[in-house]
Amino acid sequence: MRNATGEHQNVVVFGGTSEIGLAIVTELVTAATRHVVLACRDTPAGETAAAALDLPSGCETHVVAWDATAVHTHADCVDTIVGIVGDLDIVVMAAGVLGSQAQFDDNPTDAGHAVAANMAGPVTTITAAARQMRTQRHGHIVVLSSVAGIRVRAANHVYGSTKAGLDAYAQGLADHLAGTGVNVTIVRPGFVTGRMTNGMKAAPFATTPAAVAVDTARAINRNQRIVHSPGILRWVFLILRHLPNTLWRRIPG
Amino acid sequence: MTDSRVVSGWGRTSPVSCRVHEVVAGDVGSVVVAAGGSGAGRGVLARGLGRSYGDAAQASGGDLIRLVDGGIDLDVSTGVVTVDAGTSLDELLRVSVPAGWFVPVTPGTRFVTVGGAIAADVHGKNHHRDGSFGGWVESFDMVLASGELVSVSPVSDPGLFWATVGGMGLTGVIVSARVRMIPVETSRMLVSTRRFGDLDSLMASMTERDDAFRYSVAWVDATVSGRRLGRGVVTWGEHATRDALSGRAGREPLSYAPSQRVGVPGVVGSVGVVRRWNAAAFSEAWFRKAPVSRDGEVQSIPAFFHPLDGVADWNRVYGRRGFVQYQFVVPDTAVDTVRQVLERVVVSKPADFLNVLKRFGAAGDGMLSFPMPGWTLTVDLPVVDGLGALLHELDDMVLSAGGRVYLAKDAHTTPAMITAGYLRLAEWRSVRDRVDPTRVFQSDLARRLAL
Repeated sequence: MRNATGEHQNVVVFGGTSEIGLAIVTELVTAATRHVVLACRDTPAGETAAAALDLPSGCETHVVAWDATAVHTHADCVDTIVGIVGDLDIVVMAAGVLGSQAQFDDNPTDAGHAVAANMAGPVTTITAAARQMRTQRHGHIVVLSSVAGIRVRAANHVYGSTKAGLDAYAQGLADHLAGTGVNVTIVRPGFVTGRMTNGMKAAPFATTPAAVAVDTARAINRNQRIVHSPGILRWVFLILRHLPNTLWRRIPG
Repeated sequence: MTDSRVVSGWGRTSPVSCRVHEVVAGDVGSVVVAAGGSGAGRGVLARGLGRSYGDAAQASGGDLIRLVDGGIDLDVSTGVVTVDAGTSLDELLRVSVPAGWFVPVTPGTRFVTVGGAIAADVHGKNHHRDGSFGGWVESFDMVLASGELVSVSPVSDPGLFWATVGGMGLTGVIVSARVRMIPVETSRMLVSTRRFGDLDSLMASMTERDDAFRYSVAWVDATVSGRRLGRGVVTWGEHATRDALSGRAGREPLSYAPSQRVGVPGVVGSVGVVRRWNAAAFSEAWFRKAPVSRDGEVQSIPAFFHPLDGVADWNRVYGRRGFVQYQFVVPDTAVDTVRQVLERVVVSKPADFLNVLKRFGAAGDGMLSFPMPGWTLTVDLPVVDGLGALLHELDDMVLSAGGRVYLAKDAHTTPAMITAGYLRLAEWRSVRDRVDPTRVFQSDLARRLAL
């Protein structure tokens, strides 16, 4: 259960080895936290990540096998996690692959896999978690979207479109859950330096997993529906969204 | 009548949605069986007037039972009352006081039900002398998880009786109770007041004078530090005898008709009236207005026992995010902990005004009852960023002093804190598992604290 000061007793992260996901765990953990669940495909990496977390005494970590593309396993996976932690207090969907547009152009199958990993898998999993939370009548779902989904750029239009789809799904879900006691927060980070973007040239307003986690935790606490990280990107993209296409498609990157 | 409603505790911190069934006692069994057999596992729980502060009287996604019967059958010769569990102490007092009987124990509000008073094993200003509410209960009728109605007394089933007294509603639904009342000659109180400039003199005086009075409590200031830390006002009281009253009070010694409550002026939704910047001013004024020393003051029952009941919805003054009423008890030997907690609270400068200090007497027999011999301090802490960490710090201080926190107030603590503080938890669990093996009865408190 969430307690009176908004501390969560359990935190579940899908894409449990994601740097942003783990940074969010670090931000959300308090002396009240009893369970942290990292659901990921690479469970040995998950175990390593779990061991590296700084947790209060009495807080258990659990690494659960979860493959974003194996959509038929997701409902069972959520049930397994409920069996471990009881009520789901907070579920963070941090899974995602960036890929490169060149790779997708050369190998269209990879583009399909990216859609499965970034959109189909998260949607099945979040839907299953939402079903559980609707019964509980409490809970908070955090969806890692991206500014790349606000207006999809030519340079990463497969990735951008998966995030656009996930973002749209999450907005609809939030409305669907209105009045049930279950809340949704959609996080739209900008360029995040880290493993996922290694070797790439940083975009303007680049940020870090830790900074995204701080913004996310604040948004959860205040029950904000959508948060941009850093916050200024909300205004930047408000403008970019309305640029004429002739200008938009000429933006480099 | 059944409908889905958003409910929260008095602290308004964790609103959740539950199905609320307003039923007569005879229908409780069928609601319990239907909800328990639904397989959803979200729990059933009795809810009275929602005066517990945290999440004790809610079960997110579950079923709440509100008993509508309000029967009161008072034997005016013996003072034993048979009362429906959904009856409030307010309703009970309106019948009993004019007949010369007072409730044996009342918390700081009379808007609690008899069932809730047993479930939380509430205490009052007379704890040092009279113990907690459960000690005055001769028997109660309750509906078990099976739907069966049973009559329970300390003799017929001591395990179930003392697991239910203080058991936070998790053993079943109490539908009626037989309670011993105490005789009073009048509806007035004779009050003695002393003001103290520091915590040591205040506590010393309570230790020394409490035995001479049936009722005793102190208000302490949590906005001053240093030498003035814990300055405050102690009030002691007795039920006035008939010959102590004169004038109109003497002609109508048992008159008792508290007026209806008025709301906080202009309150719509919630307002933050008490803020950091004015909490100190409120406290200063409260301290200054108290007499340095006064004896023999005549007060009414509401003025002495239930001052906040005169202000409807006072829980809204702390603002939208609600507040936590943190109450702990530590043994007599841990007086320093009271000081440390107070110091810590003063440093954090909360918008805190109401702080109550009381010396408990002997513990009762309830397995999860809160009171134990020692000092209990209550502080109101509005929810602000950082409050969670502060409360964990306070928990650590209380725990290392061998103390515990009050379940009826709790909204924040951890299972470990309860396991360490409530030494009879295992015994309580064994009784609960006997009467409710499938956990039909649940609350958010029970889920949060893994009771």
